Amino acid sequence: MEVEYSKDAEMEKLLEDLKNSNVKKEDWEFHDNYKPVYSTGNGLNRKVVEEISEIKKEPDWMRRFRLKALEIFESKPVPTWGPDLSGIDWENTNYYNRPDEVNANNWDDVPDEIKETFNKLGVPEMEQKYLAGSVAQYDSEGVYHSLKKVWEDKGVVFMDLDSALREHPDLVKDYFCKAVPATDNKFAALNAAVWSGGSFLYVPKGVKIDMPLQTYFRMNGEATGQFEHTIVVADEGSKVHYIEGCTAPRYDKNSLHSAIVEIYVKKNAQARYTSVQNWSKSVYNMPTKRAWVDENANMEWVGGSLGSKVTMLYPSSYLRGPYATTHNLNVSLAGPGTVKDTGAKALHLAPHTSSRIIAKSISIEDGKAIYRGLLRMNKGAEHSRSHVQCDALLINDNSTSYTYPHDEIYEPTATFGHEATVGRIGTEELTYLRSRGLSEDEASSMIVLGFLDDVMKEIPMEFAVEMNRLIKLEMNKLGAVG
Amino acid sequence: MVPELKIKDLKASVEDKEILKGVNLTVKGGEMHALMGPNGAGKSTLGNVLIGHPNYKITGGSIVLDGIDLTDKTPEERARAGLFLAFQSPVAVVGVKLSTFLRTAYRQTHPEDKVTLTEFYDRMKVHMKKVGLDESFMSRSVNDGFSGGERKRFEILQMVMLRPKIIILDEIDSGLDVDALKLVADEIRDYYSENVGFLIITHYQRILKNIEPQFVHVLKDGKIAVDGDNKLSLRIEEEGYDWIKN
Repeated sequence: MEVEYSKDAEMEKLLEDLKNSNVKKEDWEFHDNYKPVYSTGNGLNRKVVEEISEIKKEPDWMRRFRLKALEIFESKPVPTWGPDLSGIDWENTNYYNRPDEVNANNWDDVPDEIKETFNKLGVPEMEQKYLAGSVAQYDSEGVYHSLKKVWEDKGVVFMDLDSALREHPDLVKDYFCKAVPATDNKFAALNAAVWSGGSFLYVPKGVKIDMPLQTYFRMNGEATGQFEHTIVVADEGSKVHYIEGCTAPRYDKNSLHSAIVEIYVKKNAQARYTSVQNWSKSVYNMPTKRAWVDENANMEWVGGSLGSKVTMLYPSSYLRGPYATTHNLNVSLAGPGTVKDTGAKALHLAPHTSSRIIAKSISIEDGKAIYRGLLRMNKGAEHSRSHVQCDALLINDNSTSYTYPHDEIYEPTATFGHEATVGRIGTEELTYLRSRGLSEDEASSMIVLGFLDDVMKEIPMEFAVEMNRLIKLEMNKLGAVG
Repeated sequence: MVPELKIKDLKASVEDKEILKGVNLTVKGGEMHALMGPNGAGKSTLGNVLIGHPNYKITGGSIVLDGIDLTDKTPEERARAGLFLAFQSPVAVVGVKLSTFLRTAYRQTHPEDKVTLTEFYDRMKVHMKKVGLDESFMSRSVNDGFSGGERKRFEILQMVMLRPKIIILDEIDSGLDVDALKLVADEIRDYYSENVGFLIITHYQRILKNIEPQFVHVLKDGKIAVDGDNKLSLRIEEEGYDWIKN
């Protein structure tokens, strides 16, 4: 019981902090007036792809790979089984925007206007305080990267993928589009064709990095696409925590974000991938994220989807070796007029593998949150275990959530379970709490924090605060409360 | 100071339909009032209007507690002034832990009391035992998965923990079996004092055998039709409400 007490004390403190927190209202939807030094213009064809490859002075295999991927992209239809994607304007999207020739190791060498943008987003400050390394991408290219010397000396590689392709071509070739082939889906094919930027992180055998490494993605242009490609390799027995943050200004014309994230967790290694996405409501967010998890290795996905117009995201773990484990935690906020079609995939391909998936969603106004998941247990994945938990919180009467779990179980000794709950912050719930003396703010914060309680330890504190702030902001805008 | 709730010519509507048509009622500390009446008379509406439920619109009259006009105040301001409603059907609030909720509510209604978390929880456990709720309820979500009876016990627990001055109990006996009703009635009687006034809303006379009110009022068609003492409730039990004319 004493343990319980200290947790309640923590909650009290958190509520106090939230009450006193004074975060500015619109602190990420601004845009600067920086003009790109090079752009391929609108639309996509062979010439654009060749142009991208040429300007990057890539090896021939990559150029051919891109062109092949373009063919695959063109041959695949836009998926219709999920949210409405008709708002993506393929013709009028700009597929490549180069901000500058610079890719600095020092913030002072980053062009002032771009530097100011990252300053406003708190990126350099975060780097100084919490990070072992940092990459910053602006539109299509990385503009800054750094890695603490102690890790560089141990053989860790952390830079944008373009630089890595120049400096470590063989290493990149070994992993590029292996876990996520261009044939996987239309958006993966698109990324393989026009990818630019993204991070390459290699952690050598036995190296355990105790501080996280972060990449911050910023989209600035209107009707642009960002197609970063990220590869994380945690070699045998290593340990790493990689974080991504993403924001963009809000425009009338839609933008497209279609990333690939490939993570290779080798034998006995531990990798954690955290991403907090706060795209503006004019962004279609369609990334493909996948991890290969080898024997006795552990892969953790922690995701926060706050922004975007439509997000389709299902981070997958392929449990390839015995005793491989994965945890997948995703928190989605479906604000007014937006759709979050998110979930997770766990493929158990070896004996004694285990997966745990927790998906939490909050829907505001006509926001729609969908959980879509795949659990596959192959024949031979003996004694494997899985547990899936989906919790939804609906803020208004017209808010919706749906759950589409899909199970393919071919192994009789495997065990799995599903749980789902739906809660609501309606007038009745708020009035009940308020009738006991809680203010409107306190009551809704309490419901939101209570809803996130069991995942609070896993998600960054700033994220919980940001989530709470966004919900309040949306509710105030709508006058949904009171 | 002995508390006093003055309801004067109170009129209220739901979705433009007038339900309360001029209610006059005064409840003072040390007094136990019963509000009876047929279904649809507006009894529960009165409870909800008194605590400021946003779905109910006050169209006339006033609610004054200890000289402070609460008519236009928010539910939390009324709670902090000392008003409490034990709901007829308390709603579940998933994710909000019972103990944290009560503690936060107490801090809001009694900011001057610097009681520690441990002391507060110890006090809570004593009363949980009295109303017959297991300690394990402390870490459960508010009313989530509670039976009807457990919800009612929790309402009474909140009452004794939050120490309000004027208490409205809306059909507190529904969902309670005979033994539970006795526990709840005991707790109400223990809490009852010169400094606390009760308004017990009930359709039947059942709970009034456990708690004897000095004043009985009958609400009919949005107005108090008859005032009396406990004999009135006995007559209603035998004859129903048909004999009462507005």
